[in-house]
Formats: sequence, structure tokens, C-alpha cells
Amino acid sequence: MGLDQIRENKKKKKKKRLIFRSIVLILLLVAVAYALLTNLSDKKTTYEAGDSAPDFKLEQINSANNQSSIQLSDLKGKGVMLNFWATYCKPCEKEMPYMQKLYPKYKDKGVEIITVNLDSNKLVVDRFINKFNLTFPVLADRQDQVRELYNIVPIPSTFFIDSKGKIVKKVEGGLTLDKLAGYLQDIEPK
Amino acid sequence: MNNIKCECGHVNPEGTVLCEACGKPIEKNQHIDGNDKKKLLNMRYDGSARRSQTYNKSIIDKIWSFFSSVKVGVWLIVIALVASAIGTIYPQEAYIPSDAPDRDPAVFYEDAYGLPGKIFYQLGFHNLYSSWWYLLIISLIGVSLVICSLDRFVPLHRALKMQKPKRHETFINRQRFYSETENVTDEERETIKQNLKKQRYRVSEQDGHILAEKGRFSRWGPYVNHIGLIIILIAALLRTTPWFYLDEYMWVREGEQKVVPGTNGEYYIKNNNFIMELYDKNDKRFQAALKKKGEDVPSNFQTNATIYKKSGDTVAGAPPKLEKVKDVSIRLNHPAKFGGYTVYQSGYQQNEFKSMTFNLHEKNDPKKVAGTFKVDFGNVKSSYDLGNGYKVNVENYYPEYYLDEEDKIPRSKSKYARFPAFVFSVTAPDRKKPEMSFVGIGKNIDATGKNKYKLGVEKYEPLYASGLPVKRDYTLPIFAIGAIIFMIGVIQGMYWQHRRIWLHPKKDSTLLLAGHTNKNWHGLRRDIEKAISNTSVKIVEDQQELE
Repeated sequence: MGLDQIRENKKKKKKKRLIFRSIVLILLLVAVAYALLTNLSDKKTTYEAGDSAPDFKLEQINSANNQSSIQLSDLKGKGVMLNFWATYCKPCEKEMPYMQKLYPKYKDKGVEIITVNLDSNKLVVDRFINKFNLTFPVLADRQDQVRELYNIVPIPSTFFIDSKGKIVKKVEGGLTLDKLAGYLQDIEPK
Repeated sequence: MNNIKCECGHVNPEGTVLCEACGKPIEKNQHIDGNDKKKLLNMRYDGSARRSQTYNKSIIDKIWSFFSSVKVGVWLIVIALVASAIGTIYPQEAYIPSDAPDRDPAVFYEDAYGLPGKIFYQLGFHNLYSSWWYLLIISLIGVSLVICSLDRFVPLHRALKMQKPKRHETFINRQRFYSETENVTDEERETIKQNLKKQRYRVSEQDGHILAEKGRFSRWGPYVNHIGLIIILIAALLRTTPWFYLDEYMWVREGEQKVVPGTNGEYYIKNNNFIMELYDKNDKRFQAALKKKGEDVPSNFQTNATIYKKSGDTVAGAPPKLEKVKDVSIRLNHPAKFGGYTVYQSGYQQNEFKSMTFNLHEKNDPKKVAGTFKVDFGNVKSSYDLGNGYKVNVENYYPEYYLDEEDKIPRSKSKYARFPAFVFSVTAPDRKKPEMSFVGIGKNIDATGKNKYKLGVEKYEPLYASGLPVKRDYTLPIFAIGAIIFMIGVIQGMYWQHRRIWLHPKKDSTLLLAGHTNKNWHGLRRDIEKAISNTSVKIVEDQQELE
């Protein structure tokens, strides 16, 4: 075996070793990164401003409104205010009259106000609607499906969705009349 | 050009301590195993070149040699152990007692344990076992395990495969068991050889030099053991993926149908009813024990449920298309199984009402009942017709009634019928105007004070909610395989020993005899005693004891 050949062999061996080590290290790195990422990533998906609003379809229960059910995706092209509420929630009760006041005006401008009710008894919702003379659609989410889809924690929670179906603003907690009007203006279709 | 050529002609890789073929110590590498300071040779890894100790050039090699250090591995384990121990000093975040005054971890630890608690929280020990650095250390232990094993297994395997019967004299006389006998005949050597064979040694010969070897496979025990550990670590890694491991908890009320969490909306469960059974007080077998206990003792918790599977995609909110899978009765230790999921009976709650039955009677005489009606809290109607012209209207309903201090009006705290109250108006044939009354638990208020009729609660049904954990664990078989391999490795390394005996005849018919084993030196000595019986060969001396 000549000296050159030995050198050549050695080089080859070194190269093989480098490749082997690199592959093992990369595999281990991938495994470690995977372990860390899956553990640390928050499992809950929440929808924030900038996300597109996930679609849903619910039964409409306000007898003052003539729609029988509403699907969000049917409202593309309109601005949508999506409000989650319940009769037993005091701040919801406070903002309902504001919404009712602005509803007819903004409906003409192409902004829909849709509310998702989280109660379990239709009777209490009917009494509530009558008390405040609400005319906007009230959707019943009896099995909390849409609530879970949007991962709603506090009520009221309100999403302002533009004509392209994108969430422009998410508000957790009650709204004042001024703020409500401002956000509704932001989602008017241009 | 760093290979080292031994005088026997074998070319050893850089970093070799003892020539792979003849065992002669390679002069410039004796510091690696500390042979330069001792008489006896360090036989760990048979003096082969652990690659990590040889050269570091590229970054890859440097990272590799960092992880291939046992010292680094031990330190990682020590850090993980200390951290794990500290994590157990105070409860983890998930185990903050539910009756704590404030369960917010930012407040709880300082409140309950003072300054040490605050430090514990601020250093992140309250969520230790899923914190990024803890997971990183555990993963690095895994990396160290893989690289350390690879880096030692390969050269050791190579060295043991290559060893020649003919060893260098210094290799022989620097073994722990050693003896030197003059004037040994070839016949005597042949006797020893046959004796060794009888003891099931594998004997190889080269120019009269003899190597007898037994139980080499026990040397692979630690590596088999490490493979088991790596499989266990992989299983732990897979456990973090929802497909392999799922652990959810759901509450389902009686009559309620809910999606089973973690199944991506594939399965639904409907709680038909919950049953709690008590031990019979009149049963003679239990009488004494129950009397001693002084209270009811449950004998069974059971949720009768129906499992449904979604059969088609629907948009969220729309009623799902469901196919019935089966009816199940979930009891303690008798979980329901479907589609790889297991649902256990774990808890129950009874703080809601299912229904209430009212009777309408004359205020002054509870015996004069005009009619009864049942209010189902799952579906409260706006009016109940009692017949004979009696009718009760529900003006308002408060599922969890309280009186708002601010504006002095009745309100409900939630949608759950935990403390129901009603505003009823009663129409009776003998009254011109409807009579209003407010009826709740422990409350019965006559709005005007002039009512003729009164509503009384005749009976009620409690509503149970079942607490059902949903689990799926596909990692258990992997853990089991890892554990079995681990145990095989332990047994392999523990109950067998790698024994080697060398016979080294010199030209002047002196016979050098040396022996090495990784454990149980006494056993090796007895093997040698048997082998040299009926010969003039001297028994080996333990050179370690002589030192």
C-alpha cells in the first residue's frame, strides 16, 4: 500500500465519519426541537385581529327578525359585528340597547349585527328580547359549539369582521356607544 | 497521518491506548487511561480509541466530542435530578389546592410559603416539568446517551473482534492476574488448553499463544440497556403528541349530548342517566361496618351513555350528522372503549335540578289542590295548563337566582338550574285577574298579598353531571418494549462476565499466564485453577493486591 493510497483512504474515512456524525446530530436535533415545540406551543387556538373568522351556521330565534338561520359565510361582502352574550351577563345587558340603537342605521350601510346567545332556555331569551325590543338576529348556540370554535372566555366578547371575512378587532368585555359606533364604522364595506 | 503502527505490524487508529491486535501499550497515549501512573493496564474499552478523545476539527466533531463525554452526561443527569427534586418542594401549578384563598400562582406561592415560595415561582419551578429548559436538559441527556453509546460501542466492538491470541509481553505482565512459570512443556500447555475447552471457553491459538475467551456478549449489556433507554425516551417524546397520548376531562349533564374532547369532533357522547347506588343498610353483611361509618357508603357510580360517531362534515353550529356506535354503562374500573379512546367514570356533581313539580292549592288550605305541573329545566315552557280553567304562566325564570344589590331586581348568575326561581301568574276560573307570585327555594312571595292560590313545590329531581376522563395512550407498548430491552441489557451485563485467559510461551519455555474479567475475579481464578490442575503452571497472583 503506497503512502498516497493510505492518505486517500484516510480522507475517505474522515469524510464518511463527518457525514455519519452530521446525520446523527441532525436527527437528534430534529427530535429535540420537536419535543420542545410540541410541549411549549399553546394548544388553544384563539382567533385574533388579522385572522379570518371561522364559518358557522346557527338557528335564529328572535321572532322580531325574519331569518330562520344564518351562516356566516353567506354574509361575505358585508361588515359583520359578531357578539357573544347571555341573559345572565350584566355588561351584555348594558350594551344591548346601544347595539339596537345603531342596528338599523348600519344595516343600511352594509354592516350586519349578529348576536350569538349562550343561554340554554329559550324562554329567558324571549323575555329578554321583548324587554329590550331587539330586532337584530339572535342565534342560539345551545351546545356551545360556536363558543368553543371561537374560544370565547369572557362574555360579552365581540368580533368586528370586515367584508372580506377578516377579523379587524376583537373586544372582550362591554362596549360604550361611542366605541361601538367607531368599530362599526371601521368595518363598513368600501 | 495520525495512524499508529505497532511493532506487531497492526495499524491502529489515532488515540489507541493498547494495540488492537497485540495489546502492546502505545507509548504516547498512556496518559489517556492513566496507564502511565500505574503498573496495571486500564482495560476499559480494551484500550481502544474512543473517537471523541482523538481529534476535534470541524464544528460537528466538536459538538460530537462534547456529547460523547461521560462527564458531560453525568452532569446533565445531576442537573436534571437536582431540578426535579426542587420541583417537588412545593406543589406544581396544576396541583395548587382548590380551596386556596387565591389560586393565581403569582399570589399563591408567596402567600402560602413566603419568600422561598416567591423565589420558587419566579424561577419558574411552579411549572417545572413542562418548562423549556427542563425539557431541554432531558433531551440533551438523550443526545448524550446516543452519542456516548455510539462512540464507545463501535471501537470496543472493533477491538474485541480484532484481538489476536499472540499478545505483547507488556500487555500480559501488566494484567491483574498474572503468573510466570519456568520450564513448561508443550504437553502441559495442551492440557491447559483442553481443560479450558471443557469449561466452555472459546480457544484460539497462534504460534503456541493461546487466548481463551468466555461470555464476550456480556460486554454488550450496557449498550443494549442504552437502546432500551433511548426507546423509552422516544416513547416519552411521542407522548407529547395528541395522536399517541390524549388525556382530557369532560363534564356531561344527564340528557346532555357533547362532543368528546380530543377526538376532533369525531365522537359524541350522550349522558342518558347517572346512577349512584349505596350499600344496603339492611344487608346483614354490611350492617356492622355501615353503622360504624355512620353514613351512606356508595357501592356503585355509573353513567349510562350512548356513543355517536359523526358521519359527515357539517359547518360548526349546525346539528351534526351522527351514527350511533353503541350504548355503554361506564362504571368504576369498567371504562367505555371506542375508536381507540377510553372513557372512565371518575366524578359526579349534583348541584343542579332536573325538574320541579309544583302544586297549586288554596292559600289557606294546602289540601285543596287545584292541579299540579312539572317544570323540566331543560325546556321551561311559557305556560302550563292545569285543566278545569286553571293555568300557570311563567312570566320569568331565573336559573340561579340572586337579588342584585345595586338595582334591587332579581337576576340569574348563570344558565344552570342550581337555585331556580320563578315569577308565575296564575289564572283561575274564580279569579278575575291573574294572581302574581314569586316562587323559589325557600321563597314564596305573594305579590299583592291578596292571592287566593299558592304554588308549592311538591317534589324535585336532582340533575347529575358525570365527570369523565377521556384517554388514549398508544405509547404504553413502546414503553414496555423499551423497558424489556433495558432489562435484557441489565441481565446480560450483570449475570455474565467476559473472562479472558492468555497463555504466552516464551522462547526459553517460560509460560506467562494472564487473566482478565470485567467482574467476579474470584470466578476467573477458579476457572484458572481448574485449567492448570495437574500441571506445573503456577496459579496467578492478583497484582492489584500486591500493589
